[in-house]
Amino acid sequence: MAHDMSGLPQGDYIDLHRKRHGYRHDHFERKRKKDAREVHKRSQIAQKALGIKGKMFAKKRYAEKAQMKKTLAMHEESSTRRKVDDNVHEGAIPPYLLDRETTARAKVLSNTIKQKRKEKAGKWEVPLPKVRPVAEDEMFKVIRSGKRKTKQWKRMVTKVTFVGPGFTRKPPKYERFIRPTGLRFNKAHVTHPELKCTFNLEMIGIKKNPNGPMYTSLGVVTKGTIIEVNVSELGLVTPAGKVVWGKYAQVTNNPENDGCINAVLLV
Amino acid sequence: MAAIAMEVEAVEDQQQLVEMNNNVMCQLADPEGTPLGPPMYLPQNAGPKELQQMVNKLLNNEEKLPYVFYVSDQELVVQLGSYLQKHKVSVEKVLTIVYQPQAVFRIRSVSRCSATIAGHTEAVLSVAFSPDGRQLASGSGDTTVRFWDQNTQTPLFTCTGHKNWVLCIAWSPDGKHLVSGSKAGELQCWDPQTGKPSGGPLIGHKKWITALSWEPLHLKAPCRRFVSSSKDGDARIWDISTRKSVICLSGHTLAVTCVKWGGDGVIYTGSQDCTIKVWETSQGKLIRELKGHGHWVNSLALSTEYVLRTGAFDHTAKQYSSPEEMKEVALERYNKMKGNAPERLVSGSDDFTMFLWEPAVSKHPKTRMTGHQQLVNHVYFSPDGQWVASASFDKSVKLWNGITGKFIAAFRGHVGPVYQISWSADSRLLLSGSKDSTLKVWDIRTKKLKQDLPGHADEVFAVDWSPDGEKVASGGRDRVLKLWMG
Repeated sequence: MAHDMSGLPQGDYIDLHRKRHGYRHDHFERKRKKDAREVHKRSQIAQKALGIKGKMFAKKRYAEKAQMKKTLAMHEESSTRRKVDDNVHEGAIPPYLLDRETTARAKVLSNTIKQKRKEKAGKWEVPLPKVRPVAEDEMFKVIRSGKRKTKQWKRMVTKVTFVGPGFTRKPPKYERFIRPTGLRFNKAHVTHPELKCTFNLEMIGIKKNPNGPMYTSLGVVTKGTIIEVNVSELGLVTPAGKVVWGKYAQVTNNPENDGCINAVLLV
Repeated sequence: MAAIAMEVEAVEDQQQLVEMNNNVMCQLADPEGTPLGPPMYLPQNAGPKELQQMVNKLLNNEEKLPYVFYVSDQELVVQLGSYLQKHKVSVEKVLTIVYQPQAVFRIRSVSRCSATIAGHTEAVLSVAFSPDGRQLASGSGDTTVRFWDQNTQTPLFTCTGHKNWVLCIAWSPDGKHLVSGSKAGELQCWDPQTGKPSGGPLIGHKKWITALSWEPLHLKAPCRRFVSSSKDGDARIWDISTRKSVICLSGHTLAVTCVKWGGDGVIYTGSQDCTIKVWETSQGKLIRELKGHGHWVNSLALSTEYVLRTGAFDHTAKQYSSPEEMKEVALERYNKMKGNAPERLVSGSDDFTMFLWEPAVSKHPKTRMTGHQQLVNHVYFSPDGQWVASASFDKSVKLWNGITGKFIAAFRGHVGPVYQISWSADSRLLLSGSKDSTLKVWDIRTKKLKQDLPGHADEVFAVDWSPDGEKVASGGRDRVLKLWMG
């Protein structure tokens, strides 16, 4: 009997005794007191334990507490789980659309009459009513090249430009304005002010550059420029059922500094 | 004078010549292919008019019915001779001419918006005319059901009682009750005369109600039972007099999307678990399971659906006093509509196709109807059962032969997904409502757009063409109910 030598209690003699004779008369009282003392005792240990022992104790205690919290949360959840969301939500949809993924939808936010009236007045209420005027020497850089600096009549646009897909270059020799390819853009991040979401939309054209008609025709995009963007992917529809595909937007950042065009849709 | 006499003579000569030489061997047949009388020689100058007289004679019709004639699925509009010439059909073969009875009445197309009635404070989700076409109700996202007065075009009753969006409404075929189902899963029965709920809500479903269908009038005279389907995967049969759920039809593993109570007294349910189940209604036993679809079943249509919906009411606007009389008339109408062919069922699905079934005959589909490029949201049999129309998210409405399931035509014109369709009672016009905020009326004969009805400011969720043909009602996300007239 090798295990007799171990020095541990042999057999469940306490258990056996309890089965035979029952608990000691003061067993439960003692147990209650011991349990009540337990917290104090643990606190004593926690205060006294130093070094690795302290660390180990803290770790064990932390794990215990985390476990306890989890169990509590689990029980709490089970009592609240039955509660259904009974609130009446906005945006009712028919049963045949209830299970379908709702794509970001844009409503017909402006009807065409309003738009026409605005156009008649010839005034656009835009998010940025005033912009800083850009001087010509900031906009253009004089080209200093050619034999005996003969190309000084050439200008390079230092701002972001939009060049339409149908653009054909003039013979480079006679080209007065150079629009660097590195500063050309054909997409803009357009925010829908009422839907509060942003789409990366293709640009169709430049409606107006506030700095002058020449910049408009050159396709220069600076802060405050009105651009036309392709909104066909937003699925906007006029009241008559036609798809809207071109809408105006105003540029809100300095694209030449940021490397991207941010704009707000005009609705 | 002499010249004219000469001409007349010449024409007579020509006619004689035609009559002598050119007779065509023809066989008349009904849409199912049953021949009418023996094959016979018909003169080439016989047109649809003459054929119509002949069919009326052969069928011993007491009152003359209008017919339309089809030769190899194309309508015959000219004289036989010119048809043969044009299409280069051999004169030596027997020419099969299919005749189709047409409605004796004609419904005018709607062309203008007669009223825009505001009232609902949320999107209008369902619109329904009563079977006799005299009453109109709508259910909305503002948790109310509203009854509307068609004559003054004003709100009549506002029924509050639901806890959440009212998703679907259904009139009983005798027009005495309206039942509505909500997103909270409860059902409510309303009295259209007073606008008051008859008793408290019917509770049983655990999730929202997707569809409702009443027991046909010819099976049970005062309407008592109806069936509701729910997202929780069950369909329940309810009795409005005992106000209890009689039978719970459970078996689908996913949401039930559509339910129809057939004219033979069986219930068809279509579900997101890709199956269609056929149930018997006395004990709620499963009779058949129709498998075939590869994705959700969205919509079911019965060939007799329109006659079941309208019950005893027809175009003559006759009113009935007793339920027994109604039942008799409804049974007569049903039998006339059905003929001796079994009931046909069409199911539209998320797998972009539709199946044509004859559930009473076999559990295999009769045909698969393919062609849509997006999911099929709504299918609907024409009132005479000759056509099936399907509305799809691919922005088109397609027309199919209701008996063979063959593709007939596609109606293009909408620029958004088509949500719902509705037939005019004479089966000559079709109405569609779409996400692009318009309604469109399509002509079945010419297969073209008849009328474009813009006016809604947003998506159109529900359309209904009144059974008496006078009006069209539509509702949508812009919260108004629009009435359209001819």
